[in-house]
Amino acid sequence: MTRQDKHQLKVGLAFISPWIVGFLALCVYPLLSSAWYSLCDYSVLSPAVFVGAQNYRDILSDEVFWKALSNTIFFAAFAIPLGLFVSLSLAILLNFDLPGKGVFRTIFFLPSLVPMVSLAVLWQWMLNGELGLVNNLLNPILHALNHLLGTQWSAPNWLQDARYAKWGIIFTGIWGVGNAVVIYLAGLQDVPRHLYESAEIDGANFFQKTLHITVPVISPVIYFNTIMGLIGSFQVFAVPYVMTSGGDGPERSLLFIATYLYQNAFDYWNMGYACAIGMILFVIILTLTYVSTKLSEKHVYYAGK
Amino acid sequence: MNKSGKLLTLFVWCLLAFLAIAFLAPLIWMISTSLKPLNETMSLPPRWIPSSIQWKNYPDAIAAMGQFWKYAANSLFLCAMSVIGTVASSALAAYGFSRIEWRGRDKVFLILLATMMIPFPVIMVPIYSLFKNLGWIGSFKPLWAPTFFAGAFNVFLLRQFFLSLPKDISEAARIDGCSELQIFLRVILPLCKSALLVVALFQFMFTWNDFLGPLIFLTEQKDYTLALGLQSFQSQNGGTAWHHLMAASTLVVLPVIVLFFFTQKSFIEGIASTGAKN
Repeated sequence: MTRQDKHQLKVGLAFISPWIVGFLALCVYPLLSSAWYSLCDYSVLSPAVFVGAQNYRDILSDEVFWKALSNTIFFAAFAIPLGLFVSLSLAILLNFDLPGKGVFRTIFFLPSLVPMVSLAVLWQWMLNGELGLVNNLLNPILHALNHLLGTQWSAPNWLQDARYAKWGIIFTGIWGVGNAVVIYLAGLQDVPRHLYESAEIDGANFFQKTLHITVPVISPVIYFNTIMGLIGSFQVFAVPYVMTSGGDGPERSLLFIATYLYQNAFDYWNMGYACAIGMILFVIILTLTYVSTKLSEKHVYYAGK
Repeated sequence: MNKSGKLLTLFVWCLLAFLAIAFLAPLIWMISTSLKPLNETMSLPPRWIPSSIQWKNYPDAIAAMGQFWKYAANSLFLCAMSVIGTVASSALAAYGFSRIEWRGRDKVFLILLATMMIPFPVIMVPIYSLFKNLGWIGSFKPLWAPTFFAGAFNVFLLRQFFLSLPKDISEAARIDGCSELQIFLRVILPLCKSALLVVALFQFMFTWNDFLGPLIFLTEQKDYTLALGLQSFQSQNGGTAWHHLMAASTLVVLPVIVLFFFTQKSFIEGIASTGAKN
């Protein structure tokens, strides 16, 4: 390394030093000590005692943990694809050259600004079984359908019914897709116009163009939003926590991994166990991200590569 | 445009209008409920426009929440501190990752990107015990001090912007004998006001919305943020005083919406840039 190189290195490191300190103190150290605590009996109040893999063995036979995990997987498995479908569809519709599209864009974006706690309180009211807006709009439709088809459908009491509670959380999340819509809309601006024009000459219709041009070209953006959705869904916490006033819903239907981790850490002061749950959550997120990246290498199209 | 094209446009417009009403309905419902007398929140079928507008629900909700103005002041204090911390530290770090060539820089940047995948719940227990050892639990420090250590996401955003500025402007300043710090402060930062505003807005939103952080680190009611105060109000009044709960929710949402309308352009461009070109 020349003197000039050394100087550059020093100056560069000096500029990023706030990040280096944060990285070591608020990332590396907590990750390592979380891994260590996960092998300990630890309650913050007294020093950690090494117990080997005991916490992990307990987790394997902990029904509540498996409930939390399956709830979380259910939530992610529906919230991510539905969110993707709704936000991408809205972005494609907003990309038409329409009168008032700025107003539309603002309207779809507004809900994503609503803070999590307000969001949860508002949707708890929206989904109220008797008085909520959702059921008051749903009931007349179901009534008409029952009349036509001779069925006996009735609107569920969303958050009080173990079968539907998670759907309540999923709908709440979909109302806040505005962020993803904006990101997709920006991606759509990069689709070269001439691709559409040549497809039109070949007689392609709107759906063919969307499926064979739009989706492949913006696939890097889809990949980005999906990874963000994965990471976010697996740590869902605030909305179910507020909706259940810190509980876990009927038959534990609203108990998610992050909720269970929080309960173990700060309700039962079972920090070692909480860290073991955290490690499992981390491995799940890493694995899913890795798998998505591998899949994306086959299917994601990068212009110019 | 041909006839079928026009028909498609009309169809898309109607579809969008319908969806827009659906997306707007919960917000209108929130405001409508917040202005109803209590008995009307329970009337069936629900009415959109209250028979008499109850403005007093707002002062009543504020009184019922206990220390509403204290919560608001706490939220604003935390927002101010974390915006300062984030803008200062992320700008420095982003400069080091973009405008200075040093060996291994881009490898270190990959590490930074990887840290964005670490979920907060995974590391919150050791962070809690770290702050406990410092005697910071029950104070505001755990909520703002970390923002002075350059969060990965903000560094990533600012770096993209710094990279888009031509190299020549730094070279010219170097020839004039400016130090790297002077170039950063006097040349680059003034050109980046819009990007810094975006980072400031994002951090403001994050701090205003944050729930898990205040829930863990704050212990006394008088230190609650608005988000935490609203949750505690909800858990005491859940399922009854919907008019007050909606008034309180509206009050927590309102500042964010107002801020958004004043900064809409930067805001939207900022979000759009998060998904682009990576």
